[in-house]
Amino acid sequence: MTKLKSLNDLRKIRDELKSKTSIREKGEHPENLVQVKVAMATCCIASGSREVMNFIVDELEKRNIDAVVTQTGCMGYCYAEPTIEVTIPGKEPVVFGYVNMKKADEIIERYIKNGELVDGIIPVNYETIDNK
Amino acid sequence: MNDLSLHILDITQNSIRAGASEIYITVNEDSATDKLTIEIRDNGKGIDKELVEKVTDPFFSTRSTRKIGMGLPLLKQNAEQCEGSLNIVSEKGTGTMVTAIFKKSHIDCPPMGNMAATIKSLLCSGHSYHLVYKHEIDGREFVFDSREISEILEGLNVNTPKIINFIKEMIDENLKNIGAS
Repeated sequence: MTKLKSLNDLRKIRDELKSKTSIREKGEHPENLVQVKVAMATCCIASGSREVMNFIVDELEKRNIDAVVTQTGCMGYCYAEPTIEVTIPGKEPVVFGYVNMKKADEIIERYIKNGELVDGIIPVNYETIDNK
Repeated sequence: MNDLSLHILDITQNSIRAGASEIYITVNEDSATDKLTIEIRDNGKGIDKELVEKVTDPFFSTRSTRKIGMGLPLLKQNAEQCEGSLNIVSEKGTGTMVTAIFKKSHIDCPPMGNMAATIKSLLCSGHSYHLVYKHEIDGREFVFDSREISEILEGLNVNTPKIINFIKEMIDENLKNIGAS
């Protein structure tokens, strides 16, 4: 039987990462990194946000982009789930709706990498009928 | 929800929002009694008696962003469809325990789904809490304890892609090893 991955293997990864001190320094200043928040409430989860989040974490690593991926609650855009909020350092946060893996790929390639705006942005001044 | 691991992710978000610093997720699959039990226990702020009765009503939510709350009602519906039940015990200031029981062999019993992806998402939540996930299948068990992880990491962020992906693979392999589908 092949050996299962264990906490000992994690120790090795730790030592490997610690030799590259930059990770720690960056981690202490998250405001200098691209921040991606994936909404993760019932509506989002049912629409596939877990898979989108895992995809984004994996792809950002593959494409060598330093970013922090975290979660947020329901932003009230249940009709447009999965939604993500992307903050590029020095810019206003932008919320994207209907983010499937294809859209997530486009957002990483075009918005995060090149700063181009892509379709699917939910404007900040958007109001629900209830608020009017 | 397509599977149980998504329900678990969803219900655990309630614990996170309740400010819990300790979250225990226990899954028990037992062929002898034909039961699948999911227990999510936290030390969050808890809710009082009247609220316990309300939270399984889909038209109730404590949120202000919308008027409905489907997390617990959906889990309740799913469990009851499988000749099971949902039970919530909570005390203000102490914490909450949600227990869902499913009849394993019931034709409507959803698949377990990807628990490793659920734990990965929970570790990326951006909140720090102690998470213990125990999965037992016919007497064989796997325990994941986030405290062990943070002791090893010595200050490194669990959110680091290399680390979080390793943890996901480790959970995947260990679950397969105890016979998870």
